[in-house]
Amino acid sequence: MLGLNKKDFGLLTIVIILTVFAPFLLNPFPEGSALAQFNAGYPDLMQRLVIFGIFAIGFNILFGLTGYLSFGHAAFLGAGSYAGIWMIKLLTLNIVPAIVASIIVAGLFSLLVGWISLRRSGIYFSILTLAFAQMSYSLAYSVLTPITGGETGLQPKVSDPRIFDAALAEGTTPRANLFGMFMNDSYELSVAGWVFTFNVGYYIAAIFMVIAFYISIRIFRSPFGLMLRAVKSNQQRLNYTGVQSKPYTLAAFVISGMYAGLAGGLLVAMDTQAGAERMFWTASGEVVLMTILGGAGTLIGPVLGAGFIKYFENIVSKINESILQAWFSFMPEAIQDLFVAIFYPFIGKGGHLTLGIIFMLVVIFLPGGLMEGGQRIANLFKKKTKSDTGSGNASPAAAE
Amino acid sequence: MDAIILQILNGLDKGSAYALIALGLTLIFGTLGVVNFAHGALFMIGAFCAVTISRLLTLSHTVLDETKTDFLGNPLKVDVPYIYDIFGESAGNAIIDWSVPISILFAIPIMILIGVIMERGLIRHFYKRPHADQILVTFGLAIVLQEIIKYFYGANPIPTPAPEAFKGSFDFGAMLGMEGAGIIYPYWRLVYFAFSAVIIGAVFAFLQFTTFGMVVRAGMSDRETVGLLGINIDKRFTIMFGLAAAVAGLAGVMYTPINSPNYHMGMDFLVLSFVVVVVGGMGSLSGAVLAGFLLGILESFASMTVVLEALPGINQIIIYLVAIIVLLTRPRGLMGKAGVMEE
Repeated sequence: MLGLNKKDFGLLTIVIILTVFAPFLLNPFPEGSALAQFNAGYPDLMQRLVIFGIFAIGFNILFGLTGYLSFGHAAFLGAGSYAGIWMIKLLTLNIVPAIVASIIVAGLFSLLVGWISLRRSGIYFSILTLAFAQMSYSLAYSVLTPITGGETGLQPKVSDPRIFDAALAEGTTPRANLFGMFMNDSYELSVAGWVFTFNVGYYIAAIFMVIAFYISIRIFRSPFGLMLRAVKSNQQRLNYTGVQSKPYTLAAFVISGMYAGLAGGLLVAMDTQAGAERMFWTASGEVVLMTILGGAGTLIGPVLGAGFIKYFENIVSKINESILQAWFSFMPEAIQDLFVAIFYPFIGKGGHLTLGIIFMLVVIFLPGGLMEGGQRIANLFKKKTKSDTGSGNASPAAAE
Repeated sequence: MDAIILQILNGLDKGSAYALIALGLTLIFGTLGVVNFAHGALFMIGAFCAVTISRLLTLSHTVLDETKTDFLGNPLKVDVPYIYDIFGESAGNAIIDWSVPISILFAIPIMILIGVIMERGLIRHFYKRPHADQILVTFGLAIVLQEIIKYFYGANPIPTPAPEAFKGSFDFGAMLGMEGAGIIYPYWRLVYFAFSAVIIGAVFAFLQFTTFGMVVRAGMSDRETVGLLGINIDKRFTIMFGLAAAVAGLAGVMYTPINSPNYHMGMDFLVLSFVVVVVGGMGSLSGAVLAGFLLGILESFASMTVVLEALPGINQIIIYLVAIIVLLTRPRGLMGKAGVMEE
């Protein structure tokens, strides 16, 4: 269906179901209970989960398929945000032009960067993209201040021209919308202690993510995708067979840049602001972390990785010392204090430390990310059932 | 004329830091073939060695001072550093004043130890993995080290002053026999440059004139053959990793009076140092040093008002711009050997 085989269609269906029911799934604990702090079902976080999912899906098309490790993708996200915010300021608060412009601008920018960077490969490619991203960041902070707003960034103001919109009344805040549906509008459903929030912005971003995911499946399964995999496994041999690999890698680079631009445009649509810090190279590092953590080269891995990191950042940073005290309060005083002292560096502001450690462990032991971990566990069970039934021939299953 | 000399001098201290870090990076890449993204973190740890030592030296206990009284006539409580009890007040003061140079003595063994642990514990397992994996795992390590330092020392920069004798500036122009106060230059920056020149010289001399260095150089050009000759090249490379860590650490120790150390200083320098290594030529030690100084000086020339008026913002991007041009026109870098990581 939709040009997908049965397995991929199943995967797409799972993603659709997960995103549609995310407000329920991310809010498993009743309001006011001790575990309510693990709820992630509030609009801001849910929006970020899917938007960074889009970013990671796009990055995976480049890194997962071709093996080119770009350390500068945040520049495209930033360029997309700036394009988006200018559309909102100049044309209309409707997000359609903003998103279209962000994709186009990021696409053009990535065409330029990719055209130059892809002349080299390996570590040189990483450093070239890093240099471009740092250059854009520095310029956005200094010389380009008239366009980027410098340190303060850009926000829509009541006095902006917005030529398609009727003038806003003085004192109202400009809110982004899609044909009258405001991004930050939510419908709250409370069922016996649980409160579920259905946010307009989240669902719009989620629709984009599902479309982005569908396109990425099609790319993975297309002859074009196969060509990109060939680049990863042996570019030299590909060149010897008379194939120019550059157009393919450049196309992959631009596509992933456009994905980043879409993510940037959506970020602007949700919080209507843009700043240079989105272009800093650590932001590029973050999308690398997401993709690797989830599993580079797999379809759904990057989405999982993005979700994991964003969830972790938001939730773990909220745990503080008193919550830790409460968790270990069932133990004797001295042991409780010891446990709190041990865990304290890893929570709250130390959330990045934990993330760093998890990331290192994944790179060391699970180069395929969480997806490989899942597969290994699945294989373990498969082996067990096989040997239980007495066929005794477990090796083909392991080799799969 | 003096404007040009001043810019060259201004570029020297940053250039020295770039050169030292890039030298360490190149040593690691040349010996072990590993792209170490955690090298900036080593620089940062070196700086925090200095912070720790100066804190340890000023560790105090409270005593009642009978000679001073508050308005009620009670003796005042005064903090007295332990170091006063051991060496007396004037010698103690001098030691505290010289805490940054003293830190060098402690930083060398600490950094070598950290380097050896890093190599034996982690990086050794990544020799056979692709460069992308090496980048990723050391990037993760850099985040972890940075967050550990942030946990213990906080997020704010910690001022660590230079010894009293090297505070302030002097007129460099007068020393050259020029008229007027044209070139005012801080003492410590000159010290930093001299220090890094000594370190760089020492590293080169070590590689050039000792048997150990000769073996290492042989290993760099053909690891397998050296191994076949019955020499334990792995052990020597591990020591070289420790040495590279020590070079980065010392660069950090001495940099503290110029810029108050904070937890992300390593990352800030790392990106630039990588660019420096690439410009100098992957695997070329002299290239790394040369490119470090060149780019440092170029950066300071780009921050001149005349240049900024013609090309606004150029000081922010000049290094990256040069790197892009070099990579596209001469992929092996300024002094890189043909065929080393050249695709």
